[in-house]
Amino acid sequence: MAVATMTVTVPAMAQNVAPPGATACSGCHGPGISDAVVPPLHGRPPGEIVGAMQDFRTGQRPATVMDRIAKGFTDEETRAIASWLSQQP
Amino acid sequence: MPQALTRRTLLKTAVVGAAAAAFSRRTAAQASSKVVVVGGGFGGATCARELQRAGFAISLVEANAVYTACPFSNAVIAGLRPIEAQQLKLDAVEKGGIAVVRQRATRVDPQARRVILADGSSLDYDRLVLSPGIDIRFDALPGYDEAAAAIMPHAWKAGEQTILLRRQLEAMDDGGIFVMAAPANPFRCPPGPYERASLVAHYLKTHKPRSKLLILDAKDSFSKQRLFQAAWQDLYPGMIEWVSLSSGGKVIEVDAKANTLVTDFGRHKGDVVNVIPPQRAGEIAQVAGVADRTGWCPIDPVTFESRLQPGIHVIGDASIAGGMPKSAFSANAQGKACAAAVAGLLRGKAPAEPKLINTCYSLVAPDYGISVAGVYTPRNGLLADVEGAGGTSPVNAPPSFRAQEAVYAEAWFQTISREVYG
Repeated sequence: MAVATMTVTVPAMAQNVAPPGATACSGCHGPGISDAVVPPLHGRPPGEIVGAMQDFRTGQRPATVMDRIAKGFTDEETRAIASWLSQQP
Repeated sequence: MPQALTRRTLLKTAVVGAAAAAFSRRTAAQASSKVVVVGGGFGGATCARELQRAGFAISLVEANAVYTACPFSNAVIAGLRPIEAQQLKLDAVEKGGIAVVRQRATRVDPQARRVILADGSSLDYDRLVLSPGIDIRFDALPGYDEAAAAIMPHAWKAGEQTILLRRQLEAMDDGGIFVMAAPANPFRCPPGPYERASLVAHYLKTHKPRSKLLILDAKDSFSKQRLFQAAWQDLYPGMIEWVSLSSGGKVIEVDAKANTLVTDFGRHKGDVVNVIPPQRAGEIAQVAGVADRTGWCPIDPVTFESRLQPGIHVIGDASIAGGMPKSAFSANAQGKACAAAVAGLLRGKAPAEPKLINTCYSLVAPDYGISVAGVYTPRNGLLADVEGAGGTSPVNAPPSFRAQEAVYAEAWFQTISREVYG
């Protein structure tokens, strides 16, 4: 019984719990804005976000502020954030 | 025809039943957990909404029917923006199912875990989140009391004070002097005084070009200093004079009747005088016993729980958040991180170490924005800068870069307003 409970509830929880740093993004990248100046990130493919963050970090992709922010996250953290963002409505 | 109960369907039913039971236990635990949030600004409203999304029943205590946002209120003073653009309401938050209690919280009983409201009623809590913002310290600068603030506005809590300073600036003659007193650290919105000086200079250059602006500062350096000073040189040459602490800039007394600020070295009379005075955490934080001798609130950087009173969390400007500046962006990020921690604690889970971001935009002119950003994580008991990340906009950047940051500044305000109040 306990095992059954865990298999049903744990994945649901894991999806809902945002990894460190993930919730701060929407302060600028607000979801669901069609005419957004800053692109929404919810529902984007994870690879796209991971790639952009790597390019911001190395300076390959020009930025005003994301170059400074991207340097604060490791690849592993970025992958977790990107995965969570991709699952958000 | 009813399907025969096979072993397989029986097992399926058991699993679903177990899941339902677990779900209802979780829901029951959450429904019986009472979380009260005090303060409906960017920090408190964010935290309340996040906790509600996590399945908790939330009471949000806010006395003001309209919240006037501070970010961009300097543009109101400079005549670039109507005050209505700053006015936000909790209607959508309330419609979303949060119990908005439109009263002032007057007292907290940490032992009984109870918030007492102005009408004598009370709210019990398992976890309390305080996001009270700042109070002006009317006891800190001799001569600067509430009566003086009606003559020399601080305009550091947006609303009537913002409009008052706007009107004074409008009424000033060409050739007049705008004098500002800037406070020592820490205070709400570290780049704010210098953004204000910039936008006031923009107004003066446009409408009253013979006027001057004097900043008397209780510090020797300030946020985004190189960027501000380079922009002043470029856009407003000879218009803004900044007097640092070591050059005698610290205002030690205010003579409101004479519209004069007093330093150790002289008296400075202005046609418009803006005093940005020392501040502390909002009143309820003092009353609840979560503020220390500095007037601000020491917190655990993982959970935002007070170091002084268990069960009470403090976010936003009122908190001592280490490297994080007192900004709306910080308050929003902290509101989310605190909500995750509170939800975890109420579910009996050890909270994960958070990572937070802050980005503060300042306008030097309507089409000239600059920013400072940072990424923060708990270290040595404080929220510390992640090394190698963050910093200010580049000192040498083309006008297109400044224009882009001005656009992003406005976009940020629209996005955060929608996220928190929409």
